[in-house]
Amino acid sequence: MRTVEQTTQEILDLASKYFKVPAGSLAPDDDFFKKLGIDSLQTLELLSHLENHFGIELPDYEVQGVSDFRTLALRIQSRL
Amino acid sequence: MLDLSKYQSIGAALKDALDQFAEETCLIESDREREKERLTYREFKERAHPLAKAQQDAGFQAGDRAAIIMTNQSKWLISAYAIFYCGGVLVPLDYKLTPDEQWQLLQHSSASVLIAEYPIWRQLATAGGRSTATSLRTILVSEAPPNADLAGARRWEEFRGGAAPGFVLRARKDPATIVYSSGTGGRPKGCVMTHENYLEQCVALTSIYPFAPGMRYLSILPTNHAIDFMVGFFGPFICGATVVHLRTLRPEYVRDAFPKYKITYVSLVPLVLKNLQKGLQARFDALPPGKRKIFNALIAVNKVLTKNRPHLALSRRLLKQVHEAFGGELRAIIVGGAFSEPQTLQFFYDLGIPVANGYGLTETVVAVTVNDLKPFRADTVGKPLPGMEVRIVNPDQEGIGEVSVRSKTVMSGYLNDPELTAEAIVDGWFMTGDLGRFDPSGHLQLFGRKKNMIVTEEGKNIYPEDIESVFESLPVKEFCVFAANYVWPQRSMVREQLVLVLHLEPGQALTDELRNDIAARNSRLLNYKRIHGIVVFDEDFPRTASLKIKRNVLAERLAQLDRAAAILPL
Repeated sequence: MRTVEQTTQEILDLASKYFKVPAGSLAPDDDFFKKLGIDSLQTLELLSHLENHFGIELPDYEVQGVSDFRTLALRIQSRL
Repeated sequence: MLDLSKYQSIGAALKDALDQFAEETCLIESDREREKERLTYREFKERAHPLAKAQQDAGFQAGDRAAIIMTNQSKWLISAYAIFYCGGVLVPLDYKLTPDEQWQLLQHSSASVLIAEYPIWRQLATAGGRSTATSLRTILVSEAPPNADLAGARRWEEFRGGAAPGFVLRARKDPATIVYSSGTGGRPKGCVMTHENYLEQCVALTSIYPFAPGMRYLSILPTNHAIDFMVGFFGPFICGATVVHLRTLRPEYVRDAFPKYKITYVSLVPLVLKNLQKGLQARFDALPPGKRKIFNALIAVNKVLTKNRPHLALSRRLLKQVHEAFGGELRAIIVGGAFSEPQTLQFFYDLGIPVANGYGLTETVVAVTVNDLKPFRADTVGKPLPGMEVRIVNPDQEGIGEVSVRSKTVMSGYLNDPELTAEAIVDGWFMTGDLGRFDPSGHLQLFGRKKNMIVTEEGKNIYPEDIESVFESLPVKEFCVFAANYVWPQRSMVREQLVLVLHLEPGQALTDELRNDIAARNSRLLNYKRIHGIVVFDEDFPRTASLKIKRNVLAERLAQLDRAAAILPL
């Protein structure tokens, strides 16, 4: 079982790879809309990748209003 | 389609539609690759009537207000029909608002009933605003896990009356809904819409974009939004068509839904339409040169053949692969909620997919003008729909002035705000605050806004006053938020941005610390409500005797600054 810190780090790694930003430039409390320069649709694409990576289903309502990696990690962690 | 001229209310029309189209498929609900539900109109009625009866048993009466906060799904529509059946007034609230904002609107609307999905209720129940909604008597929560703490709410699935409910007739001029055109802040704008508003709008819209049994509408825009309420509920229902709901709006499932359900119409906001264009363009660009050449030639042929009006059957044959990706039965994409760029509209039309672009506001139900496709005009928002009078007030030398509307679709007023209503509706004409002119062929063209607000590409109306509270106590002398295009008019309805105007204390500088403070506060706002730049202004803000900022006077002074130099990126 992953720890929440591991989950967070995996999300940061995936996001930096998917949106082609330097590895290590993202931090748990970053606002991903702003830091990655993405809109709500691109966020949905990121969620699909995270679902595949973690092997879970994350309902849309679970990420409603979430804009930082740490909270996103907590929502994912609760479904692992 | 039912003859709506015979009906007094939304409820009465829907009631007859459920009987007339009893065996037609009414709703399909899909969750990822799984189809969760498929209901006929008869089954829809069998779900709704026990809910209506239970509402009546709980004391819900004609004119009482009931709010729905749900994502797009069958229970949204079943609940709405039950409310109308009982003669109630529906308050559709945006599920994307924060819990505090939702409580504020529940309080403002005086709703006595709230119907919400469990995940939404879970957040609402723990938010601080609950005690403010004093009118709330019944809370129904759908899809709650078996052992969930419902915090005083009741299960939607178990809220069922045993006997037949009594149908409550309403008059055309009675309120049907209260729709919030801007969220929150100091002055929520609750548009009180009548039954007549919807009945007349539906007749006008279906005269150009008709529904019929067998047609399928893909419901993606939130149903609380005026467009989806009309073309994803009332319109298709009174014609016996089918509404398809997706519980997951990930792009891959939306893409799959088109061929899977043979979609006839879909409504999108400009952001999604543009995204779709980008995806298609990338696929076209990846074609081998030979195929690309043939494909471009086919598009050129299609353009010639559809110059004066669409030829769907012909376009589907010419550009078969493109149309098959959309299910092969798509008649039009309805785009709304915000202004669309002409090149995006033209891109789809050239592929043989008409885009029904138009112009409307929450205060006028859905649409005032719509492109009638005879011929397609990407550079305008179309001609006034039947029954809509549109005029340009105080036109300048180029004929551009404020667009005003008079029709049976104009709201009766803003809830509890006669002052704002009087400003908006003058001698029976609704003043839109948008700038436009008619071209020689009678098409309306838009050129920006007269009012201090923006509409995002996701179709969200944002008023600066609504977001200023997040900057309260900022360590500066004074501040104010503006729509940049209101200060520096651009003759454009796209790429609108909000800016924070700062008047610093004497000797104070815009330090990194202050910037970080602003950025941190900004990040507390939902992403589409955020400011994009800072303007430092060295003069005292003009104020009224009661010390309110005279925004129009301040805007005139700011306009003297060079826009590009004045707006500092955040």
